[in-house]
Amino acid sequence: MSTWRIARLIAAKDLRVEWRSRVLINQVLPFATLVMVMFAFALDNNDRVLTRVAPGLVWLATMFSLLVVVQRTFAVETADGALDALQVAGVRPGGVFLGKALALAAQLAALELVLMGAAVVLYRTEFQAGGVVLLVTTYLAATTGLAFVGTLYGGLAAGAKGRETLLPLLMLPVVAPVLIGATRATEAALGTEGATPSDGWPWIGLLTLFAALFGVGGTMAFGSLIDE
Amino acid sequence: MHPVVRLVDVVAVLGGFPALAGATLTVERGEIVLLRGPNGAGKTSLLRLCAGLLAVERGEATVLGCDLAADRTAVRSRVGLLGHANGLYADLTVADNVRFWGATVGATPAEIAAAMERMGLANRLLDVPVGRLSAGQRRRTALACLVARRAELWLLDEPHAGLDATGRDELDSTLRAAAAAGATVMVASHELERAGALASRVVEVVGGQVRPVAR
Amino acid sequence: MNTMTPPTSTPAPASPKHPTSTRFTRALGVASLVGIGWLVAFGLFLSPNDRVHKTGVRILYIHVPSAWLAYLAFGVTGIASGLYLWKRTRSLMWDRLAGASAEVGVLFMGITLVSGSLWGRISWGTYWTWDARLTTTAFLFVTYIGYLAVRDLGGTHQQRARRSAVMALLAVLEVPLVHYSVKWWRPLHQNETVEEGKLSGLMLFSLFVGIISFTLLYVWLVMHRQRVLALNDQVDDRGLDVALAARREES
Repeated sequence: MSTWRIARLIAAKDLRVEWRSRVLINQVLPFATLVMVMFAFALDNNDRVLTRVAPGLVWLATMFSLLVVVQRTFAVETADGALDALQVAGVRPGGVFLGKALALAAQLAALELVLMGAAVVLYRTEFQAGGVVLLVTTYLAATTGLAFVGTLYGGLAAGAKGRETLLPLLMLPVVAPVLIGATRATEAALGTEGATPSDGWPWIGLLTLFAALFGVGGTMAFGSLIDE
Repeated sequence: MHPVVRLVDVVAVLGGFPALAGATLTVERGEIVLLRGPNGAGKTSLLRLCAGLLAVERGEATVLGCDLAADRTAVRSRVGLLGHANGLYADLTVADNVRFWGATVGATPAEIAAAMERMGLANRLLDVPVGRLSAGQRRRTALACLVARRAELWLLDEPHAGLDATGRDELDSTLRAAAAAGATVMVASHELERAGALASRVVEVVGGQVRPVAR
Repeated sequence: MNTMTPPTSTPAPASPKHPTSTRFTRALGVASLVGIGWLVAFGLFLSPNDRVHKTGVRILYIHVPSAWLAYLAFGVTGIASGLYLWKRTRSLMWDRLAGASAEVGVLFMGITLVSGSLWGRISWGTYWTWDARLTTTAFLFVTYIGYLAVRDLGGTHQQRARRSAVMALLAVLEVPLVHYSVKWWRPLHQNETVEEGKLSGLMLFSLFVGIISFTLLYVWLVMHRQRVLALNDQVDDRGLDVALAARREES
């Protein structure tokens, strides 16, 4: 079995698990939306402040949800020893990594769409026609990077004691560049504070580099991280 | 013909504890070997070691021609380990699970259907999420996954636990059929009568070591 | 010291009478203590006050050397991890060196952050600023605390070594990403380092004494720590021999 076929198999399996259990829809999406509402409470219900900081809040809510989704996607694997069984079955770790990252990216993308919708409703975010391409590219690059990092560190923490606390400690410092880059690029795409789309493109470079580094690193290293 | 399993004075460590303390064992192709012994004697560790999950700390271990001390990943796609965990996805149906595990080795839909039939997974069970099955049905599903994966060496840890009478008979006949078809089976079990009748050879695991048992 | 001795043939490891020191490390320890004595003398008494920062400038004699050391330590961790992962140089010695160096590095990075924010308060009236160098340092601090947590996850020595080596290399990847993202994030921030030219000769000399003595201290600490880790691993292995004997009794 080629790495790519394994990846497709694992991704299809993960999405099927989500389709049958609906944990993302029934639990993570409400959680993420709640976080958006809490931001509004914390930042005083002042439309101008909220509109100004909306891109950052959307990405921050995405990061929090990422933690939850990553815990969930690996809880599915460890609940009945499936991660072990995947190892016994000699399924290529690189394929497992890519597959889980792919499914994670798909779930994150759905989540981000809802969060963007919430920003429009709650924070009065408005889109500009000129920034659509930048916005979509930002989302693609950032989501890919987050999915790779989430899978990498989620797999590392999966078997460990205290994984609930270890995962945020390991992952949040690493995703900081994505938070900064994606926020800035989104601001540029939305024209927040007079930014223009051209301000955003350098950040796409950073986000793409990030995704590429962790994609390659994760595919290579995943085997030694999950190996017990 | 090389033996399927050849362990010489193997030491393996689990969290600082020597789970295997100089185990020596040879298993030939087509054998059904029963491992018996008290709890904590090292039966589970022996099976996990043969599956390439537990590192060889000292000694020699060759399984299906792969030197486990040098590389314990190569052997993995060819062995099937069924331990205390079933390795199933609780949210997926029986059919989904067997299809998934079969697909990891590129099994055809026909092979997968045959595997499910052989393990007595009736049609009404196929679309039930595994999480809603009884322990016995889950175990049967896990065995069907092994069949679908075409494992050459079956490593079974207390496979009879939680199975009803029909399930046990089916399991025994599956194991015999698998052995007759060239698979090699190692079973750790407390149910000595049943497993003893099934086995072609019995060994005792005590204190992390293996001893032959006269029949 | 050979740390790769097969456990079965290991003679008694260092007994209490023979701690982890050798003549070389004792000399090193004395040298670094003398160096620190010098640093205290020059840093606190012999060097003059700065014209602008008055006596506050003396914080730099701690801050700059510890920052240098922290980065040196993490560099060593990264290189040692790479050497472990590279098959031809694979040895648990590199893993233990990486671990020892990271521990010392975290210590010095903590000192760097505290002394740096005190210096910041004195020189530009604020404890913290979102400068790229500062932020990267803080992230590196947290990242290596995570690295040390990963080292403690358990498993065999080889598993620990492989896992933590991968983590260390990922941390090395992270440094430039964090640095440049923060740098571009706040492009207009002033660069607030002390220009070397402003420091008088005696001040520069004090700084120099600090860097040398801290480096000696680092080498000393890492050598000891590395040996303690090696002894820990040996204790695990010897414990294994004892446990093996006990286990064989069972049968």
